[in-house]
Amino acid sequence: MIPASFEYFRANSVDEAIEMMAKYGDEAKILAGGQSLIPMMKLRFARPAKLIDIGRIDSLRYITLDGDTVKIGGLTTHRDLETSNLIAEKIPVLAECAHEIADLQIRNVGTIGGSLAHADPSADYPPVMLALDATVVARGQNGTREISINDFFISPFTTALGQDELLIEVKIPAMKSNEKGAYIKIAHPATGFGVVNCAVKIALSNGKITNARVAFGSFVTVPYRDESIEKFLQEKEATVDTIKQASEMVAEGKDIIGDYYADADYRRNLAKAVFLRVMKKALNLDS
Amino acid sequence: MTAIGQPIRRFEDDRLIRGHGQYVEDIKLAKMVYGVFVRSQVAHGLIKSINTEEAKNAKGVVAVITGNDIKEKVGKNFTAWIVPNSNQVSAEISSRPLLAIDKVRYVGEPVALVIAESREEAYDAAELVDVEYEELPAVANIEKAIQEDAPLVHEGVSRNIALSWQIKNGDVEKVFSEADKLIKQRIYINRAAPIPIEPRACIADYTNGRLTLWITSQNPHIHRFYLANVLGIPEQKIRVIAPDVGGGFGAKIDVYNEELILCYASSLLKRPIKWVETRSEHFVASLHGRDFLVDVEFAVMNDGRVLGIRGQSYANMGAYLGTVSPGVASVLHGLILPGPYRIEAFDYTTNAVFTNTMILDADRGAGRPEAIFVLERMMDLIADELGIDPLELRRRNYLPAGENIQTVTGLSYDSLDFSKVLSKFGEVSDYQALRDYQRKAREEGKYIGIGVVSSIDICGFAPSPVVGAVGLQAGQWESAVVRFHPTGKVTVLSGTHSHGQGGDTTYAQIVSDTLGVPLDSIEVLHGDTDMIPMGWGTYGSRGTSTGGSAVFKAAEKVKEKGKLIAAHLLKLSPEEIDFSNGNYFAKTDPSKKLSIQEVALHANVGWNLPAGVEPGLEAQAFFDPPNFTYPFGIHLCMVEVMPDTGEVKILKYIAVDDGGKIINPLLAEAQIHGGVVHGIGHAMYENIAYTDDGQLLTGSFNEYALPKAHFIPRIESYFTETPSPANPLGAKGIGEEGAIAAQIAVANAIIDALEPFGVKHLDGPYTPARIWKAIHQSNGKNEN
Repeated sequence: MIPASFEYFRANSVDEAIEMMAKYGDEAKILAGGQSLIPMMKLRFARPAKLIDIGRIDSLRYITLDGDTVKIGGLTTHRDLETSNLIAEKIPVLAECAHEIADLQIRNVGTIGGSLAHADPSADYPPVMLALDATVVARGQNGTREISINDFFISPFTTALGQDELLIEVKIPAMKSNEKGAYIKIAHPATGFGVVNCAVKIALSNGKITNARVAFGSFVTVPYRDESIEKFLQEKEATVDTIKQASEMVAEGKDIIGDYYADADYRRNLAKAVFLRVMKKALNLDS
Repeated sequence: MTAIGQPIRRFEDDRLIRGHGQYVEDIKLAKMVYGVFVRSQVAHGLIKSINTEEAKNAKGVVAVITGNDIKEKVGKNFTAWIVPNSNQVSAEISSRPLLAIDKVRYVGEPVALVIAESREEAYDAAELVDVEYEELPAVANIEKAIQEDAPLVHEGVSRNIALSWQIKNGDVEKVFSEADKLIKQRIYINRAAPIPIEPRACIADYTNGRLTLWITSQNPHIHRFYLANVLGIPEQKIRVIAPDVGGGFGAKIDVYNEELILCYASSLLKRPIKWVETRSEHFVASLHGRDFLVDVEFAVMNDGRVLGIRGQSYANMGAYLGTVSPGVASVLHGLILPGPYRIEAFDYTTNAVFTNTMILDADRGAGRPEAIFVLERMMDLIADELGIDPLELRRRNYLPAGENIQTVTGLSYDSLDFSKVLSKFGEVSDYQALRDYQRKAREEGKYIGIGVVSSIDICGFAPSPVVGAVGLQAGQWESAVVRFHPTGKVTVLSGTHSHGQGGDTTYAQIVSDTLGVPLDSIEVLHGDTDMIPMGWGTYGSRGTSTGGSAVFKAAEKVKEKGKLIAAHLLKLSPEEIDFSNGNYFAKTDPSKKLSIQEVALHANVGWNLPAGVEPGLEAQAFFDPPNFTYPFGIHLCMVEVMPDTGEVKILKYIAVDDGGKIINPLLAEAQIHGGVVHGIGHAMYENIAYTDDGQLLTGSFNEYALPKAHFIPRIESYFTETPSPANPLGAKGIGEEGAIAAQIAVANAIIDALEPFGVKHLDGPYTPARIWKAIHQSNGKNEN
């Protein structure tokens, strides 16, 4: 397919990119790895008049440890995360999540910043970022600000980023020794995108759950943390019984996406099943 | 060492893997322009107006053509299969206008052709064509389309029925009244599509008094024949070239509107025009397959014997009849429905139904997978009802081995021997152990299912008088030329077309053994109607058995002619000469010999030939088989179903097939592997879904799932070899066998796994959601 015509600009620095974004406003789209935007343009579903390519700003591609916080540059590829020793050590569930994304070719090019800013509700990162309590760092004309991941996803393909703001970094607390993370996706066989996905981070002490973060995506228009489940799990024994009880609460009151492939009724059940699997995986429980 | 029987890699692999193939898209001609089609967005509607002004004035646009522009100037695209005694609707009704005139009948129907200097300009201009429709009620599925008050897809008919063809034999009423049990089921086999990795493409060049069409075709001569008929161009003025083609699976048999209109447009513009289908376009504009609804009833005895079958099938043809789709819906389906079993009485009516959807036609197996699906689904239902092991039930019903085994539908199985595949299957499967494992696993709360199916294909198309008698407006013999060059090298021309099968390699093996020439001295060419003799192309598992036999015959003729020349040069009579390993020699004194290469040089220079023998060493042969070929086999699939999500994991897949004489075991196994993947895909992942009013829901790879490599289990493939007497090689086609057997093997395995939930039958596609629903809509029995 051939995209509609557009103007192409390459930004050589973050400042230059922000300047261009301010100048062109909503006529422009940011091009990072291009793994979501380019296919949409080829199908002419997206028709930006101007493309600002930030793909060669190498200073945005890094994974570092700052105290207890892992900092990930916006242009870090999925493959970088999948293969990073630092991620494997500090946030292994993120490496697992990155590995789940599409195929190797896409992971070699697609970026974490691009994926988060694209905000596809069935993408892999959103529930994991929610469970990991990530912070998004954005820079715009008025400087840099931090956005909690809890406030980041607004609606499908829409985030809290302003018109002139670039996602430059993701900050994630390193997992503590008593914390366990897990992520599971049931993928649509056509795309590999989620039909249901779920991520958890569980803190344990003497066989008790002291803190839980539980996040879901793909079956709702906006990925979310389920705070009632989190509250329920608090101070409970880490047993199969506990998680079975908790699973009854999954997707409660939620408006669930349904289509010819997987209707809402099925996805609601699937979310429960996936939650059980994720919790078993995190807590290392056998059924 | 003989070449036949060796696992030789395809000659084209190295070239294609390195990106050195030449597909239509790789070909660029001087002054070439690009075509883009404007397609209907509505499933059924009247065209109120088409405004092309803005598009015509857009940058780079050369022409915009609509249906009204060509109405009186070109013919329609017609079906080549007219099923006798079927009340098939007239060509006037079933043929496609090359561009819609006044009315559209499915989403994707071509409405206008925009031609521009560049592809980009053509796409931009196509968006500017403004078509105004008055929408009409549409009908997309069979059950709705056959209702009395359904919206009619065509004027001039009273129902949406394109044809009804009945096969009846034996005393049906008697066996149904005397049977111990009647077992009845409605079975729906969902729509899917062949989906070759290369979409369709063509370049039409009618600039120098001749028309050349480069096209993604499985059968270039059929395209030439259609161009002559639809466009009125003398056939000798037409050259059709099918270069490297990236898979067909049936999708590239049909003659489509796009190439016909492109050729006409090139004659108007006097410029070559290229069109390359996009993947999204492929889903609305290239043929679909399956989509059969079948109501069937089996008469059985308590000991498991099946006495009779009666029923009706309805195939969803889409809005028009495809090149061979009437045969797919009727003959190719109904004749093989009794499969490998001894059935006394049979009464089965095949119906073809018009709907407002894309045209249905041949999808790897074409009518036969649907038949074997129904048959083998029923055999499992019967086994379950009677409490007989599914494999044992089949064993009790097999036709005997033999060379002239008549089926209830009038076929003659000439090399059937199920005892051979059964015995091989026993060796490689340990079926009882798998059943034991299943039983134990169930006790542990694991849902294991086993599908074990027997299949038979009718293929190797085909005896021309027979296909003529059942309505195909074509022959099905095949042609070949074998030609020695002065240097002793050989060129082989074949009327078939290799687009992945590896026919070039297989044919070279046949020639190598027949003439004693090394493989690397042989070049096999195909796909250019100016170069090769008339032939019918590759589909219906006919390449090796029919095309390869023509090659063999031509090589034999060359060998015989060479003998006359060798005898003359050795000063002996031809009767005193023998031939082996590439040498002619005196029977009484093998040291008196000439190589076939030496003979070829003599033949080509012509200095010293026997009286009455023409120079040159080449021969052409036509081969028309006396019978179809009937490969058969047993496939086993074992799955585990996860009851909480409906997910399916394939644990084991075993294929035992009798493909007759296997020329190249590597390629034969690859065909089985590919076919099984096709069948797994159609069973579990692939689904062409329309809304009730004809909007396509699965219009891209975002929705339509092909099986990916990591979805596929290890496939164990084994062969038995019962030679076909219908051709000199003894070969049977195995291109479709895998797809035929696998779709139902997988389905039966999944349904078997659901037995503890009380599920007796489930229609596909077997997606997790549908399986989960089946579990939870059952009595909830045994739910964990």
